[in-house]
Amino acid sequence: MATPENKLAFSGGWEYDPAPQSTDHITLNKRYGLFINGDFVPPARGRYFDTINPATEEKISRVADASSDDVDKAVKAARAAYNGAWGRMKPAERGKYIYRIARIIQERAREFSVIESLDGGKPIRESRDIDVPLAAAHFFYYAGWADKLEYAFPGRTARSLGVAGQIIPWNFPLLMASWKIAPALACGNTVVLKPAETTPLTALKLAEVVADAGLPPGVVNIITGSGVAGAALVEHPGVDKIAFTGSTNVGRMIQKTLAGTNKKYTLELGGKAANIIFADAAIDEAVEGIVNGIFFNQGHVCCAGSRLLVQESVADEVIAKLKDRMETLIVGDPLDKNTDIGAINSPMQLEKIESYLKIGREEGGEMHQSSCRLPKKGYWCRPTIFTGVSQSNRIVQDEIFGPVLAIQTFRRYDEAVMKANNTPYGLSGGVWTDKGAKIFKVTQAIRAGVIWANTFNKFDPTSPFGGYKESGVGREGGLHGLGAYVKLGA
Amino acid sequence: MAQTVVNMPTRLPDLSNVPAVDEVGVNERVARFQSRSIKKSSKVEALKLILSMIDLTTLEGQDTPGKVRQLCQKAIHLHAAMPGLPHVAAICVYPTMVSVAKEALAGHDINIASVATAFPSGMSTLSVKLDDTRMAVDAGATEIDMVISRGAFLAGDYRYVFDEIAAVKDACGDARLKVILETGELGTLDRIRKASMLAIHAGADFIKTSTGKIVPAATMQVTLVMLQAIRDFYYETGKMIGMKPAGGISTAKLAVHYLVMLRETLGNAWMTPEWFRFGASSLANDVLMQLMKQSTGVYQSADYFSKD
Amino acid sequence: MASALKNQRIAVAKTYKLYIGGKFPRTESGRYFALEDKRGVVIANMCRGSRKDFRNSVVVARKAQSGWAKASAYFRGQILYRIAEMLEGRREQFIAELILQGSTPRAAEREINRSIDRLIYFAGWADKYQQVFSAVNPVSSSHFNFSVLEPTGVISILAPDDSSLLGLISNIAPAIVGGNTCIVLASESMPLCAVSFAEVLHSADVPGGVVNILTGFRAELTEFFASHMDVNAVIYCDGGKAVARTVQELAADNIKRVVARTRLDWAGSDAANPYLISDTQEVKTTWHPIGS
Repeated sequence: MATPENKLAFSGGWEYDPAPQSTDHITLNKRYGLFINGDFVPPARGRYFDTINPATEEKISRVADASSDDVDKAVKAARAAYNGAWGRMKPAERGKYIYRIARIIQERAREFSVIESLDGGKPIRESRDIDVPLAAAHFFYYAGWADKLEYAFPGRTARSLGVAGQIIPWNFPLLMASWKIAPALACGNTVVLKPAETTPLTALKLAEVVADAGLPPGVVNIITGSGVAGAALVEHPGVDKIAFTGSTNVGRMIQKTLAGTNKKYTLELGGKAANIIFADAAIDEAVEGIVNGIFFNQGHVCCAGSRLLVQESVADEVIAKLKDRMETLIVGDPLDKNTDIGAINSPMQLEKIESYLKIGREEGGEMHQSSCRLPKKGYWCRPTIFTGVSQSNRIVQDEIFGPVLAIQTFRRYDEAVMKANNTPYGLSGGVWTDKGAKIFKVTQAIRAGVIWANTFNKFDPTSPFGGYKESGVGREGGLHGLGAYVKLGA
Repeated sequence: MAQTVVNMPTRLPDLSNVPAVDEVGVNERVARFQSRSIKKSSKVEALKLILSMIDLTTLEGQDTPGKVRQLCQKAIHLHAAMPGLPHVAAICVYPTMVSVAKEALAGHDINIASVATAFPSGMSTLSVKLDDTRMAVDAGATEIDMVISRGAFLAGDYRYVFDEIAAVKDACGDARLKVILETGELGTLDRIRKASMLAIHAGADFIKTSTGKIVPAATMQVTLVMLQAIRDFYYETGKMIGMKPAGGISTAKLAVHYLVMLRETLGNAWMTPEWFRFGASSLANDVLMQLMKQSTGVYQSADYFSKD
Repeated sequence: MASALKNQRIAVAKTYKLYIGGKFPRTESGRYFALEDKRGVVIANMCRGSRKDFRNSVVVARKAQSGWAKASAYFRGQILYRIAEMLEGRREQFIAELILQGSTPRAAEREINRSIDRLIYFAGWADKYQQVFSAVNPVSSSHFNFSVLEPTGVISILAPDDSSLLGLISNIAPAIVGGNTCIVLASESMPLCAVSFAEVLHSADVPGGVVNILTGFRAELTEFFASHMDVNAVIYCDGGKAVARTVQELAADNIKRVVARTRLDWAGSDAANPYLISDTQEVKTTWHPIGS
């Protein structure tokens, strides 16, 4: 198709009334302690901090600010459980506890999804349809591995590591907690998990689930706090393994801190994935894939398709269709069932995104945003695309972690692959073409751990996830995710 | 019979340029439309819009003038208990029933659609199809719902299908032409996308999914692919083409999902009976029941709504 | 006496050089270190490789990597097998070098035998490890999802000091059989076999740049092996906590994979299993819709 001349109209006319998910069935305490050794306990130094609803800027609850003393207490509880009940338990029984966690999450799914959206700002449609069901599925998947580890590592014997210290980000709070805890427990480890500062609530609810499931005290410990608590966990000599998901810079610091300690580690870090659209692609589905790639979860996704590489001959068509599609994205109340893009997770993150919008324009990029209305209170960013940018632009190089897409065109296959790989990151990538042979050629050429061909941002507990190069070390999910939580011997 | 074809569009589009369709992607997009939650006044508005878009249809071998008259009555007065309802867009009947409908609908702004061209199979010669069309138009049909020759299309004889549509379009005169692809017989979404483009270029005013005689009839997936073809044509030419899913849409909830899909694919301009129709017979009553529930707050029984 | 002198042939000593990009250059630095036997007699003047030699090696290793990775598994297996064949043919030379470096004849023979067999072992894995470690993942959605291994890329290897041939081969073979290219720092105290092994590699048609072997000082070169931003993984095999710390700290600058093979029994199964291959492999997972 030539350059589309005619615009569609999406504003006015029939509009959807608000359809908010009610919050009346959830209970949140005014204050949460730390979940250590099977109980919620107050933090040693008595400090708490507020957790805020980013859509309203209102306080939801107060959570404990763990100090290094609390971290020490949690690690000791985990060690005691490892040396005690959990370590001695038959693997099949261990598995049954993990199954219980999966089942209870399913039963309390609605509560989890509402709290996830309240605390983190993500649309209820996503927390309901993606985060929470996937979290339950993750526990269900790994539960079954507990008594089958000898089949996962042919020729070698897999042994648990001990105490795993786990630090997770704010973009998928419950899901990341399950990615961390489920395989660790299945392999026979005990854990101390620290959720992100801005999104602690579903992890604390998960602590309730762990207690309800009757796990022995100390097997799962959940400590809320700032980076201080995270650093204390990384440095704690009683920890045998660190699993971290977050920025590459923090990952690098962790790798340095762990140098010379014999602690195992897995790092799931940043990304700047290229989504490559060839002229022979199913264009309308590709446009949908672009939208899923960059606007899913406000773009707060390490594997987001934040760079679009579109073949020159269809670039105008794809961009025009993308702009029209952006007009139909509903930005607003995360609890509204029709919301496509929720609130930016925190004022800090919004500031970062906005600084990149400024940089993008200053460096000569042409910015386009959808025309949607934004709520007055809360932290919001319209879906945004930049055209007229090149590899040297910062918005092409840096991970923005927001709903901001940098678009470049290419003519030839090699050019697309070169641009896609021209980054220190290597987490994910996308390719869209109707030609099977080309799919294999491109997916093999892209240096990244997860490649979506004719789809994007799909996740499954059976599917390994993790990066090449500076996007991290190790895999989470699937058979390969077990390797992160065992040591192999003869 | 020699055909004198006026204004016949002759440019068969290059169907190899029609974009590919990915079925799983289409399913995912449809699931997104279905996850929209339409409540309160937006629901009432949607339900009324749906009523106004219905082509109230009877296409049975056992149709009688009496049944057609009842249907026309329903078209005019959807439900006496609810004032302020719109009337349906059209009634849709066989050519032999057009004159009955015309009489019954006299004085009302309701279109008379007639199937033609050896409906539903289309297994006849062009001359018979053109006669069929002219007969319906002469009897008062304002809209013609034709079927394409699926056999020729599947055999790759696009030129034949294209010329046939163009000829029927010519025979329609002022009547608007809806081209039925009979998607249930085309097999893949890729073929449906191609057939849509072919029909549009050949002169279709509307493209329509199904005759209602083949299962599967309309699905949201198929309709989305056809809407995308309409969108591509609009992007390129600025010319609007109408869409009519037909068969299998019997609940208000499903029809609302179609409206969501229409709105988010083609935008507001298409949200009128002029550009979107539902080919349905039992949909109207379900919509009426839902409207009644919205206004009374009480869930309804089908026994309280006339079945014609 | 005169006639005895007249009949004596002067042996030709080998110049031990570096192996970079399929060529045998001297170190660009012009430096050397004298390798002495137990009695203090100089055996050879070894090249004292420099950071620039390392840098040049990374350039050629990077250049060679994609082609080597694209070569078929069957081809890579045959190349490894060919290395074993060439080594078999030069047993006597290696035994002599091992003895020269302090080995007993029996130990030397055992080491060369094990080294050849280790190459055969890993040659056989070339077209099998992928089948052992890859997976088709039964995702819940309508997608075909599979995970395969791909080489991590360019690997720097600080070969063990105490196992100058078997330890060297047990690190090189699993790295290259999986499509990586490598830069190896040979045993500092026993570097002879490493250089001779380079000649074996060369005669086995290993493409230039796939294996690059440097001799030199560990204390000088370790930091560059660990810090180079275009190296994807670093393997170290000895040194205490201080070495581990240095390597890991510097490796973090580009999130290198760090593989510690300390205290390994090079003769045992610890050094002969496919997990040595997967140590320098990345798991790539690909999704594709299943539809009509």
